[in-house]
Amino acid sequence: MLIRHPDDFPSRQITDERLFQDRRAFLAAVGGAALVAMPVENLLAASRKLARAAQDKLTPYEAVTTYNNFYEFGTDKSDPAANSKDFRTRPWTVQVEGEVKKPATYAYDDFVRGFTPVERVYRHRCVEGWSMVVPWMGIPLASVIARLEPTSRAKFIEFTTILDPKQMPGQRANILPWPYVEGLRMDEAMNPLTLLVTGVYGKPLLPQNGAPLRLVVPWKYGFKGGKSIVNIRFSEAQPRTTWNIAAPNEYGFYANVNPSVDHPRWSQAKERRVGEFFKQPTLMFNGYGDQVASLYTGMDLRKHF
Amino acid sequence: MSRWVTRVVRPVLWAGSALPLLWLVRGAVQGNLGTDPVETIQKVTGLSALSFLLGSLAVTPLRQLTGWNVLNRLRRSLGVTAFAYALLHAFSYFVFDQELSPVGITQDVVKHPWVLAGFSAFLLLIPLAATSTGGMVRRLGGKRWQRLHRLVYVAAVLAVLHFLWLVKRDVTLPLYYIAALAILLAARFIPRRRAEAAAAALAGR
Repeated sequence: MLIRHPDDFPSRQITDERLFQDRRAFLAAVGGAALVAMPVENLLAASRKLARAAQDKLTPYEAVTTYNNFYEFGTDKSDPAANSKDFRTRPWTVQVEGEVKKPATYAYDDFVRGFTPVERVYRHRCVEGWSMVVPWMGIPLASVIARLEPTSRAKFIEFTTILDPKQMPGQRANILPWPYVEGLRMDEAMNPLTLLVTGVYGKPLLPQNGAPLRLVVPWKYGFKGGKSIVNIRFSEAQPRTTWNIAAPNEYGFYANVNPSVDHPRWSQAKERRVGEFFKQPTLMFNGYGDQVASLYTGMDLRKHF
Repeated sequence: MSRWVTRVVRPVLWAGSALPLLWLVRGAVQGNLGTDPVETIQKVTGLSALSFLLGSLAVTPLRQLTGWNVLNRLRRSLGVTAFAYALLHAFSYFVFDQELSPVGITQDVVKHPWVLAGFSAFLLLIPLAATSTGGMVRRLGGKRWQRLHRLVYVAAVLAVLHFLWLVKRDVTLPLYYIAALAILLAARFIPRRRAEAAAAALAGR
């Protein structure tokens, strides 16, 4: 695959948290000097950049681990943290099947062995209209796929969440058809932004965030990121995904963040960063258009929402 | 009985009415309204508005069931409380979601049925709250006042639809409210029909 964006998402470009704390002082000092030296347009551009970076301030760990949609543990945002305390993430196996040269069932440690986790700070936009900024740790899915060696017939990849109603009280209710299935087109899966996440904030992933292994696709709505994955399947046909089965007119297979295509019931033009009072504009592809827009060239994104 | 209701029950009810608001104010002061404070504010004010509205609609069936006409004296405080929470709920939407933009609000109301339902319910409650005083009842005359206040049925139906339509998937709680409203509305027809049947039987004789 041709990787046109070598260093896809330089998380070190996200402003350091200490800098945020100091940004008033920073503005006063640098801005004061800049006012004298800089042409107005440059100053405006600089302030816009700073404003954008300020908006992308990391969501606190506490919020990331207590405000979750993980219906397997209950439909309230606080349910996953409350109901997953005893969830067992070891032993854990990941079954790989379908259009793949080496179908096998891996113990979790074997599955991730040899990969060096990277940290990626991603915006996370929920289809409900709230968002976060999360420092994930994980393995680029592309490198996992390369190791698994899908066949040339593999056009899609499908991720299945564990089915275990004993440990997951939400699965005892018919809120959604269990187990939860999500999927991507192969080129989406191979995009350097797509991450198989194993940790957050430099710590191992907690069950409420989808431990031990979950998908994060930052330019799509959060529900595309299947959690607590036990099965990865390569297929020729487009997978049937859970929310799409549950409400096909509301949740498409692609589910790309798109401010100009509303949810049938509510607007997607704006979002609220959790903890903030006012909303901010939602960005096309959640702000990752430079990296992913080319995947959808020629596609009607109103139709393929 | 009547003194007990006006001296004890009604003050307790007024105090209880303030509890959700006090809880929100305490949370705001202590800074622990949850991860998404706006969501918490909108949830608490919305659920309170709907609950007190259903409470006000429960007065008449309860009165007919028990024969305690004095219960009527609680109805106004329940209704006014419902309106107060609806006002806070709508205001939090106007301010936090729409930043008081008339264009933004209009577009949202026109495009999204669940917003339209909630917005209409709120508008319908305004004339009811405005005519809730004894003076207004006298000025309008009992008959006309009563006719006007039948709008509460429309507002209640719109309010539960607003709740149902905003939920992503788990409609358990809205369905409880819908069931409660259905019972309260149905209760209004049963006694009347029985009375009508009795009257018809008498007339037939």
